[in-house]
Parts: sequence; structure tokens; C-alpha cells
Amino acid sequence: MGAVLGFIGSIGAGLFSVLATAGQVVLFAVSALGHCVRPPFYPRLLGRQMLEIGYFSLPVVALTAIFSGMVLALQSYTGFARFSAEGAVATVVVLSITRELGPVLAGLMVAGRIGAAIAAEIGTMRVTDQIDALTTLSTNPMKYLVVPRLVAATLVLPMLVVVADILGVMGGFIVGVFKLDFNAGAYMTRTWEFLKFEDVFSGLVKAAVFGFVIALMGCFQGYHSKGGAQGVGAATTNAVVSASILILVFNYVITELFFAR
Amino acid sequence: MTSVEPPPKIRIRGLSKAFGPKVVLDKLDLDVPAGSSIVVIGGSGSGKSVLIKCILGLITPDAGTIEIDGRDVLSMGRAERDAVNGHIGMLFQGAALFDSLPVWENVCFGLIAKRRISRREAKPRAVEILAQVGLGADVAELSPSELSGGMQKRVALARAIAAQPDIVFFDEPTTGLDPIMGAIIDDLIVAQVKRLGATAFSITHDMASAQRIADTVAMIHKGSIVWKGPAAAIRDSGNPYVDQFVTGSTEGPIRMEVRR
Ligand SMILES: Nc1ncnc2c1ncn2[C@@H]1O[C@H](COP(=O)(O)OP(=O)(O)OP(=O)(O)O)[C@@H](O)[C@H]1O
Ligand SMILES: [Mg+2]
Repeated sequence: MGAVLGFIGSIGAGLFSVLATAGQVVLFAVSALGHCVRPPFYPRLLGRQMLEIGYFSLPVVALTAIFSGMVLALQSYTGFARFSAEGAVATVVVLSITRELGPVLAGLMVAGRIGAAIAAEIGTMRVTDQIDALTTLSTNPMKYLVVPRLVAATLVLPMLVVVADILGVMGGFIVGVFKLDFNAGAYMTRTWEFLKFEDVFSGLVKAAVFGFVIALMGCFQGYHSKGGAQGVGAATTNAVVSASILILVFNYVITELFFAR
Repeated sequence: MTSVEPPPKIRIRGLSKAFGPKVVLDKLDLDVPAGSSIVVIGGSGSGKSVLIKCILGLITPDAGTIEIDGRDVLSMGRAERDAVNGHIGMLFQGAALFDSLPVWENVCFGLIAKRRISRREAKPRAVEILAQVGLGADVAELSPSELSGGMQKRVALARAIAAQPDIVFFDEPTTGLDPIMGAIIDDLIVAQVKRLGATAFSITHDMASAQRIADTVAMIHKGSIVWKGPAAAIRDSGNPYVDQFVTGSTEGPIRMEVRR
């Protein structure tokens, strides 16, 4: 009996701490957004972060997108062949990539790459007093560290997803034309035929939200890390895990907003 | 206290801070006269760094008041507080140099942030300030991770004094350095503080260092000041806490939290 109560109690305590953390994240986000619109701004740092988050993530995102497009073409061909709907391959590829796989896979890859890096860098600055040093040198750490990363990630992820969309479709095209013997012109026509503006647009909105979430979780975990190297390690793990979960949650919510009738 | 006496540069009254159940500062009172150099000594974990961070506004205390130049800094708005902090320099316990920036940008960081100089003017200025702490121009281009601990402390000292503050805090400036480098840092601190005419507030474990830097020594124990007196009197203070600390004896009123 006591063990059962203890178990329930620990579930309750766990739930409570999750809610408390969620509240802290929201407050942190609100405060960061407030700092986004008030000077001083740091364009130099913003540029550096855009390069770091965007440009250097290109290879990872590109490879992910190409192979996803390729496997998608292969899978849908073999699946659809069972009911003689092979002609839908191009359409399935382009819709899946633009609506779902482009933003989600790019988001998850960047979460691993950038979320971890942000949490580790800011976390190290926290435990070595560098964040306090910023404050004593008349610099607001929210503006100097958090805002450039948040803004850069939010702006850059949609750009990465445009690249992912193009390369993903191209991957499908390669498998479709060279392996499955589709006619190249017909495949492209099928690709464009049913594609709507909102398919691509919804993917880009998702990307912007994912970028914000990745940078937010990295900054939040780093900013609140404590306890030396071990604390920074924990912050890094938490940043990647929480950003990945939130990406999947927001993916559903945004899909629901755009496409549910 | 007579009315002709000027207000102390820093006046602390009833300062308390606890982290959860752990009481770190307990109704601490301390005055630091303008232009003087105070050294706070005390065991590891006795709250010295927390005390400095409270004065700098990096930690919000639970109770008490802190006045700088007679103005209560705890009730100030953000902008006013920033203005006060603009006249304060701080050398952190672990140097806390920004490792993403070269040494020269570290040194002039506050000056650039306050827009007192442009980035282009910053590098020659940094070289001048580095010279004051005995570092050559070649150091300016290095990254902090390429420096030894002693050089990092000197760069941190250069950064703390770059904006010509009128109060400078030094958190264990000589810990982790060899005795000679420690003495060099102490001399630099004394020289720079004198040059600026600043009030100095230092923390140390090192009694030799304390005697070199301090006019006044204050001993913190269990979150409050248990003794305060002139630096010269420290070896015959008659206070059991100070005596134990000076001799480094394990027998006495100070019980370190060490399990055996
Ligand atoms: N942010 C914090 N959260 C929780 N506890 C803290 C925090 N900062 C300090 N403490 C606790 O406060 C106590 C005093 O810490 P402080 O850093 O002031 O010690 P110190 O006197 O500077 O010691 P040292 O000489 O070793 O630097 C320690 O027990 C520490 O665990
Ligand atoms: Mg300390």
C-alpha cells in the first residue's frame, strides 16, 4: 500500500516538475521575444549564427533529404504496385517531402547538430561565470547570446527546408527515372500536377517553428545549466531530447491547423 | 558616527541569502570606505563569492540592503542599475574570459559595449591596457584558451580595469598560481587600484596575498562577518576564528564540512 502511494506520489512529483519546467520555458521565451525587438542589436552575431546554423548544416540536411526522397519513391512504388497505382509515385513523393519529411527531418537533424552545440556553448559560459561576466560588462546576455541564436534559427530553417524540398524531390526523381523507368517529363508533370502553394508553405511555417524551438531549448537548457561539465552534458542531452519531442508535437499541431477540415 | 564622515562607498546591512534550506549569508553587515582596499577572508563555501555576486546584482538576496555611494542598488530599476554597474569592474574567480573572442576583444569588451570606443580603436587600446598588466602586444591576438592560468588572470585583470571603474572586485585573484605569480598579480592589483583611485573589494584564502592587498581585513564565517580590522593586526587579532584561519589549524571554532 505504502509502495503504491509512493509510486503515485512520485508520478505526481514528476508531472509537477515537468509542468514547472514548461512554465519556465514559456517565461524564458516571452522574455527572449521581448529582447528581440529592443536594442541594442548584434547584427554581426546574427550573421555568424546564420552561417553556423544554416550554411554548415547544409550537407547533413542535403544528404538526409536526398536519401529520404529516394527511399520514398522506392517504397511507394512497391506498395502502390499492389493496386496498380504506380503513377501516383511522383505525387506521393513531392507531397510527403514538402509537407512532412522535409521540415521534420531537417528539424531533427538540426536539433541534433545545433541544439546540442547551443546548449553546450551557453552551458559552458554559465558554469564558468562568463554569462555573469557579460552582465558586469554592461551587456545583456539575453540580447547578446539568446536573441541572435533564436532569430538565426527561425530565419534559416525555412531556407534549409527549401533546399531539402528540392533535393528530396530530386532523390525521388532519380530513383523514379533511373531505376523504376518512369519517363522523366511525365514524372515532373506528375510532381507539379497536384502540388499546391499551401503544401510548401505549411512546410516552411513548420520549419520556422522548429528552428525557434531548437534554439529556444538549446538556450534555455544552457542558460540554466549548473554543476560543471556534468551539468553541461545533461543540458546538452535535455536540449536535444526536448527539442526533438517538441518538433514532433508541433508538427502535428501545425498539420492540424493547416489541413484538418 | 559623526556627520562629517562621508558615506561609505559600499554599505551592506542585514544581507541574507539561502539556497533552499542552505543558509549562505545570514544578516551580514559590512561597510567599505571610499578609496580603501578591503579583503574578505573565509573558508571555502562560506559565501564569499555569493556576497560579491549579491553586490553586483548577479544574485538577488532574500533580505537586507546594499547601498553604493549612498544609493540603494537593490530597489533600482534596470537602467539605473546598469549605470551603477558601468562604474564597477570585476575579476571572476575562474577569470571567466570569453573563449570565443580573442584577448583584445575580451579586454575592450566593456568599452565597446558602452560605445565608448569603436571596434577599430579597440585593438590599440587593448594593447595599451595589456601593457599595464605586463603583457606584450603579441598576446592580444591569442585566444584565451592559449594562455596559462597566470596570463588569463592578468587578462581578466586588464578587462576589469579597462573601463576605469571606481570599484573593483577581485574574487580570489591569486588562487591556483605559484607564489611568485601570485605576488606579481597582487602588486598589479595594488598599482592599478592606486592609479584609478578606486575602492577595492577582494576575496582570498591566501594570507600573504591578503596582507599585500588589504588596508582592512574582514573575516566571514557562517554567513556573517565575525571580525574586521586593519590588515597589520591580522596575526594578533585575538579572535579565535581569525587565529585558526591564519595558522591553518584544524583545531578551533571553524568546523569545515568534511566527513571523515
Ligand atoms: N547558484 C547557487 N545555487 C545553489 N547554491 C549555491 C549557488 N551559489 C553558491 N551556492 C552555495 O553557496 C555556498 C557558498 O558558495 P560561494 O561560492 O560563495 O563560496 P566561497 O566562499 O566563494 O568558496 P570558495 O572560497 O571555495 O570560492 C556554497 O555552499 C555553494 O554550494
Ligand atoms: Mg568563491
